[in-house]
Order: sequence, then C-alpha cells, then structure tokens
Amino acid sequence: MRVDIISAAFPYLMKGLQVTLYIFIIAIIIGFIIGLVVALLRLAPIKPLNWIALIFINAIRGTPFLVQLFFIYFGLNSLPFISFNSTTAGIITVAINAGAYFAEIIRAGIQSIDRGQSEAARSLGLTGFQNMYHIVLPQAFRRMLPTITNQSIISLKDTSLLSVIGIADLTQQGEIQSSATFEAFKIWLIVGIIYFIVIYLLTLIANFLERRFVLR
Amino acid sequence: MSIITVKNLKKSFGNLEVLKNINAEIKEREVVCVIGPSGSGKSTFLRCLNRLEEITDGHVIIDGQDITDPKVKINEVRQEVGMVFQQFNLFPHKTVMENITLAPMKVRSSSKDEAGTKALELLDKVGLREKAESYPEQLSGGQKQRVAIARALAMEPKIMLFDEPTSALDPEMVGDVLEVMKQLAKEGMTMVVVTHEMGFAREVGDRVLFMDGGYIMEENVPSELFNNPTHERTKAFLSKVL
Ligand SMILES: Nc1ncnc2c1ncn2[C@@H]1O[C@H](COP(=O)(O)OP(=O)(O)O)[C@@H](O)[C@H]1O
Ligand SMILES: [Mg+2]
Repeated sequence: MRVDIISAAFPYLMKGLQVTLYIFIIAIIIGFIIGLVVALLRLAPIKPLNWIALIFINAIRGTPFLVQLFFIYFGLNSLPFISFNSTTAGIITVAINAGAYFAEIIRAGIQSIDRGQSEAARSLGLTGFQNMYHIVLPQAFRRMLPTITNQSIISLKDTSLLSVIGIADLTQQGEIQSSATFEAFKIWLIVGIIYFIVIYLLTLIANFLERRFVLR
Repeated sequence: MSIITVKNLKKSFGNLEVLKNINAEIKEREVVCVIGPSGSGKSTFLRCLNRLEEITDGHVIIDGQDITDPKVKINEVRQEVGMVFQQFNLFPHKTVMENITLAPMKVRSSSKDEAGTKALELLDKVGLREKAESYPEQLSGGQKQRVAIARALAMEPKIMLFDEPTSALDPEMVGDVLEVMKQLAKEGMTMVVVTHEMGFAREVGDRVLFMDGGYIMEENVPSELFNNPTHERTKAFLSKVL
C-alpha cells in the first residue's frame, strides 16, 4: 500500500527532475557564455569595459539569489513591455548568477597562464583573438575545470529555489507529492537522493573530462 | 640598406626609463650579438624590435616599416620577425608538430599538409624529427629550445631575435642549441642575439653591442670589442665574464 503511494509519486518527481535539468542545462550554457564575455570585458584594455564588468560581478555576488530571482520575475516583469513566464525568469536568473561567478573563475584562469605564452603567440603574428582562442583559453579551461564543476553544482542546487515562483521543478514536485501522500520523510529522502545522484554524475563527467584533458 | 633601423629609441616602465637613447642599424644577413650586465635593458631592446613592448619614444623601422606608426599592421610585421625566448614558451597543450604548424596555418593560411611537410623539414634541421608527436613536457630543455627555433622558422621570417636562448639550459644542452643557431647564421639569416655566450658572440657574431644602463655603450666587431674595449664599463664587464 505504502509502496504504491511512493511509486505513484515517482513519475511526478521524474517530471520535476526533467524540468530541473532542462533549466539547469540551458542556464549553465548561457551562464558560461556570460561568464566568458564578462571575463574578457574585465580584462579588456579599455577602462569603462572593466568597470561595467566589475559592477555586474559585484552586484550579483553582493545580493542573495532569491532577491535576484524576485527582482527579475516580479520586478522586471512589472515594467511595461516586459513579460516572461516563470521558467524564462528562472533560466535568466540562474544564468546571470552563474555568469558572474564564472566570470571571476575564467578571469583568474586567463590570468594564471604565463605571459610568455601570449608573447610567443603574438610574436608569431597571431592576432589577440587567435591567441585567446588557440593558446590562452584552452590552457585556462583545463586549469579551471574543477572550479567550473564546483560552480555548476552550486547552480544546480540553486535551481531548487525556483520552486518559490511556481516552477514545477524537482523540489516543487517534492512539495506537491509530500503533501499529497503525507509521506514527507520518504518523499524528501527520495528527492534528496535524486539530487545527490545527479550531482554525483556531474562530478563523474567532470572527473572524466579532467583526466582526459588536464594532463596535457 | 639596413633591415632594422632604431632611431632615438626610448622606453620607460612607469617612471623607470629603461632604454634611454638607442640608435642602431642592422643589415640584412648580419648577426648582431647584444651583451651587457643584467638589467641593462637588453631584453627590453629586443622586445621593442617586434613591439612586444610598447615603444615610448623614437622609431623602429623593420624592413622599411616604421612599427611605431600606429597605422602599421603589426601582426604582419611580426610574421617577418621570429623570436626565441629564454623560457622557450612552447605551447604545452599542443604537440611539437602542432606548435610548429599553428602559426603557418592560422596566420599564413597554409594547408595542413603544406605546414606539416615544412615542419618535418625544420625538425630534421634541428635534429628532432622523431619528436614530432611528443608534447613539450616530454622534451629536455635543449630539445624544447630547438623546437622553439623551428616554430619561429616555420613562419619563414626575415629576422630572428633570440633572448638568452641558452641561459635556462643545463650546460650539456647548450651546444646543441648554439649549433642550430650557427647553422642558421651560415645560411644568411639576419639575427639579433642577446647572449652570455661570449664564445658564440666571438665566433658567429659580425658585430657585438655592449649595453649598460639603458644605452649602447660600445659596439664593434667581436675581435675588437673583446680584445680592445674602449669604455671602462665594457672592460669591467668583460673582465667579469671572460
Ligand atoms: N614589464 C616591466 N615592468 C617594469 N620594469 C621592467 C619590466 N621589464 C623590465 N623592467 C625593468 O627594466 C630594466 C631592464 O630590464 P631588461 O630589459 O629585462 O634587462 P636585461 O635583459 O638586460 O637583463 C630592469 O630594471 C627591469 O627591472
Ligand atoms: Mg634579459
């Protein structure tokens, strides 16, 4: 009987997991692009660009995730001509939030590469862009992979906060199922295990990539 | 006609004036060695020749192009000026082959085959063909530096700059690298070599510049500069290194 209730809840939790992964994957890709662009702005030899990047990074790092989420979902949405649904708001928030942290990780990674590398590349006639693309970034990414994995895991966990604006993610489904079944202990235990497994898989993938690339 | 002309070159880092007033002419096929105490500005001088350092004042004319002109296409000039560094600066994430072929493929738009064939020829020349598929970490210091020379030569430059190419090497590796450089000099490459290898300067150099305190204090053919230095500073320096 009890087992039936749990197995009836399971498909809903899986649906929630799908939403969580969907939002996470899109947001982390966008976040990575934001991070890369902001890191390059931060290092550009043009002062105002550095300032813009710094303001963005500090604004995100200096405010709680939930406030960012509410600002984007309720705040921006209340403005004229702006309207997006909760999923979009969730993706934007996770992406921007991760982007700010990625930016600092990527900046540190770029700066950790010996200047001699760029000098050798430029002395061969490579442009600044070619140097970044072929020489600096590939080496920086290899070095940054563990920190990037870490931030991705944090962002994945942050997605559970999206349930407060009504996104039917894994956490939201957990809430619904736990009140529907009166099996809070078991449901939240299962939800926790599902998050754990996903994060564990993420770590495995990262370890694999690291072994594959970092050695070189 | 000179392939390198340096006129009233000055270079400061912040308030520190490192090059005070440098004038030099280097002719095609000439091998010029630059010697002098540490901190005298030798590296900075060399790095101004391909504008790795921003030039504070004066003119540097490379093969007819004034590289202090902001309109000059510096990436094109740099294709003609190879550089070899004390610390090799090979790309650690690329194989020896990839290190050598990258610039010809990306900058000169050579095909992979073309660049690969050329790279193997150059590896033959520096005696390292069997290392084509190795990564830099698998090479000794002397091998790394020979690959770095091959990498620079792959762009078929008209000028080669060397910044203390053997200073980071174990003594037993120095000979191999100098041998490659001698060969290059024999083939008529225009070379500017910052070095502490006085034997090399004497044997291979057509001319030696002695730098001290941001100036070229003295320049002459090696036999004269080493045997009859005129400046006190030159004498003091040579007495320490010879
Ligand atoms: N990027 C830099 N910033 C500040 N000072 C520098 C920089 N590069 C070199 N210098 C200074 O310039 C002087 C000359 O340096 P360098 O050209 O490397 O001398 P050398 O190669 O003859 O030993 C030194 O006092 C050094 O500290
Ligand atoms: Mg030096």
